[in-house]
Amino acid sequence: MRNRVGLHLACLAVTAFVGVPIYLVALAAFTSRTALNEFPVPLGPTDVSTETMRGFLATTGVTGGFLNSLMVGLATVVLTLVLGAPAGYAVARYAFRGHDSYQLLLLLTRALPIVVLSVPLARVFLRIGLYDTTYAVTLLHTALALPTAVLISSAVFVGVPREQEEAATVFGATPAKAFLRIVVPQALPGIAAVAVFTFVLSWNEVLGATILTLNQRTLPAQVLTTLSDSPLAYRFAGGLALVLPALVFIAVMRRYLLNIWGTLR
Amino acid sequence: MRTLPRAPGENRRALGDPSATPARRGAGRPAWLWLIAPSALFMTALFAWPLLVGIGQAFTGPDGFSAANLRRMVDDPYFWPAVRNTALLIVVVVPLQFALALAMALLLRERPRFAGFYFYVWVIPLAISDLAAGLVWLSIFTDRGYLNSALAHLGIDGYAWLSYQHPWSMFAAVVVAELWRATSLVFVIVVAGMQGIPRDYDEAASVFGAGYWQRLRYVLLPQLRPSLQVALILRTILALETFAVAQALTGRSMPLLVGETYQWYTVLQNPGVASAIALVILALSLLAAIGYLRLLRDRTAPR
Amino acid sequence: MTSIVVDRLVKTYAGAHRRAVDDVSLEVAEGEFVVLVGPSGCGKTTLLRMVAGLERPDSGTVHIGGREVTGLPARLRGVSMVFQSYAVFPHMTVEQNIGFGLTMHKVPAPQRLSRVRRAAEMLQLEEVLDRYPTQLSGGQRQRVAVARAIVMDAAVLLMDEPLSNLDALLRLQFRSELKRIVREVGATTLYVTHDQAEAMSLGDRVAVLRSGQLVQIGAALAVYDSPATQFVGGFLGSPPMNFLTATVSGSSLAVGPVSLPAPEFASSWDGKPVLVGVRAEKVTLDPSGVPAVVEVVEPTGAAMLLTVLLGDQRLKVSAPADLRVEPDETVRLRIDPSSVRLFDPETSLALLP
Repeated sequence: MRNRVGLHLACLAVTAFVGVPIYLVALAAFTSRTALNEFPVPLGPTDVSTETMRGFLATTGVTGGFLNSLMVGLATVVLTLVLGAPAGYAVARYAFRGHDSYQLLLLLTRALPIVVLSVPLARVFLRIGLYDTTYAVTLLHTALALPTAVLISSAVFVGVPREQEEAATVFGATPAKAFLRIVVPQALPGIAAVAVFTFVLSWNEVLGATILTLNQRTLPAQVLTTLSDSPLAYRFAGGLALVLPALVFIAVMRRYLLNIWGTLR
Repeated sequence: MRTLPRAPGENRRALGDPSATPARRGAGRPAWLWLIAPSALFMTALFAWPLLVGIGQAFTGPDGFSAANLRRMVDDPYFWPAVRNTALLIVVVVPLQFALALAMALLLRERPRFAGFYFYVWVIPLAISDLAAGLVWLSIFTDRGYLNSALAHLGIDGYAWLSYQHPWSMFAAVVVAELWRATSLVFVIVVAGMQGIPRDYDEAASVFGAGYWQRLRYVLLPQLRPSLQVALILRTILALETFAVAQALTGRSMPLLVGETYQWYTVLQNPGVASAIALVILALSLLAAIGYLRLLRDRTAPR
Repeated sequence: MTSIVVDRLVKTYAGAHRRAVDDVSLEVAEGEFVVLVGPSGCGKTTLLRMVAGLERPDSGTVHIGGREVTGLPARLRGVSMVFQSYAVFPHMTVEQNIGFGLTMHKVPAPQRLSRVRRAAEMLQLEEVLDRYPTQLSGGQRQRVAVARAIVMDAAVLLMDEPLSNLDALLRLQFRSELKRIVREVGATTLYVTHDQAEAMSLGDRVAVLRSGQLVQIGAALAVYDSPATQFVGGFLGSPPMNFLTATVSGSSLAVGPVSLPAPEFASSWDGKPVLVGVRAEKVTLDPSGVPAVVEVVEPTGAAMLLTVLLGDQRLKVSAPADLRVEPDETVRLRIDPSSVRLFDPETSLALLP
């Protein structure tokens, strides 16, 4: 691979493959409906209009879906961190019996398809009256995000040397104080990454959210269920609405991605 | 001789507490239990229980235990096409993805300029849901979409890529969309795996005369095996769940297993059959996971 | 009276097949500097951590200042510690790091600041007080760790291989500085190292550990000159003590075909096989001595280190630096019987007069 020109061309080609479709869907979402009905459709931003996006956002259920997604996302993050971070700490610091089996179990749950859970869960939630609520979706999403959250946060805590906590206790800190003053500040970036990762997972989840809700739909569920009924233009707008947050998420998470995956083995 | 004057009134003994009693050894429940328990309980409630309920649902007919749901599932005209499509999708998409992800990782390994920018862009699909990916490529493949428009500019006639009368182009469209969306995951795993490989092995190999492709095959890939194993398992299981992409692109023209689950549950209001299909998917996932683990088993590890 | 008394401490780690610390007892007098030295895995760090309160012994007691502390957590024991990896907090400035213990003990700010300043001066850190550890060199971070420990003015100072992570030159430089600082501070000090030269240079007394057991404890030179076992003789000193297999024969030691004059007390073991321990620097070159063939010549600058073949056994000789000799030449050696230490080949214990 000594041909640098070939290398750069290849990189550009891949970048085009990834980037151009995003540009195109953005273009489609910001083209007026009349222009979209023409053929051939303009390939450049010649006829920019917010008509399609406005129409999409005004469609019933869209803003509601957006808000629901937001609520579910945030609630999932909170619940996942509350349950997962302490478990991650325990896995990182204590060599207890069942330490390895617990981790193996977590890895196995990631191998479980969501759909296997969603259908029975719907029934369970129906019985206990949680069906078609954001709580139900939050619980499902937490269950999906928890294993990864525990594994990643344990890697984060392993990254803070135990000797620092010990040093803190020698110099007068109680174990709790040592945790708060020494571990937390250093673990914060990693835990923040877990939070973003969890939010993204929840935001993008389609199937479970669709099965578990009827009226309280999240944005993806809303888009999915109205897919066959909505005009083409609104589908493009929906696509863009779902894609835009991804650009922000990745910009935030870029740094941590490699650390996360590197330490997961 | 002391050169660090102590603060007035401070006694060395203040550092120790004479009245403190030694802690009882091994008293009470260990700390880790309290930390792990909530998550373990939660997971049991939300994983194990629904799993059992699901199995129950699949095997419950109007008169109790029966295989009626399974029979109905198998007899449904959409079922076997769904199985075939899902299998086909996996067989085509997964190898392509791995080749592409590997190529991308190798490209970045050469450290081109703007590598950081490339990495950012190539990783964006990671945060895009399969539904969104489907919609993105819909704008390209649809009859009046960008692909046909671009072809029109070149004077070539358009083609109904997504029409159910053209099953192969329909399939290809879904493959492309899936490739676009899901390769980033494998890409990140491979890059992370590569970072963990010391350059020493590569350098030693080239000192001993190995060329680029030889080094790739004999030094790099074997060391990537653990990462590739993880990626394969994850990707196959996720591929078994492909659903929204096809839904967005083709509607019901290309049945897939999860799509059928969705149909049975929401449209046909039959959770029993839906659970049955879900169990089929579970069985396939487990088979795939076990298969990969055995195939890619590390034979060099000490027994 | 603040001393450390360790009584019959035992510790076994889960899953291990031998004890990490096996029934060790020792006392450190007030103000004394005792070094725990031994090869890796000998239990010295575990012992130190049990004194610190970071590990719980399976049995045995620890007393500090006459008070039993065996069950107490570290923060209540009145000890201060320097860690091998420094364990300096990366998210705090140097000043905050040094003052951490004082902050934990709620020392009011003005006193804290002045004490931190004084400790920083002792370790030449005044210029970097507002920097973060990642902006410092390894040597500077080590100083921060030491400053953090001595600012506490604790009665007991514990150090776990504080110099191990420094490069060789820094290690040597800082060793003497550390000795001076500790003497000024005057705390009762327990120090762990695997480096025998460090142990000898720093400690009032040296305690040699092996496989969890205390093998010998005493003043550095005493242990050096009179090792209690073959292991101690071979562990201390660079190059290690030479060991020659010999048989006592009248008033001589028969080292293979060569005969060396024996120390007087050897007559009790007449006819028996012994191990002859002699230090490289105690072997002198003397024209009236026994012949030996030179195998390897290593000019170390301060001396000429020769590996010679005496009969069919090798030994190292520390010759004057200006000696000029080539491999395969023959030199003549003299070993003064008074500088020789005899060991029982079966038990490895020193044979005492």
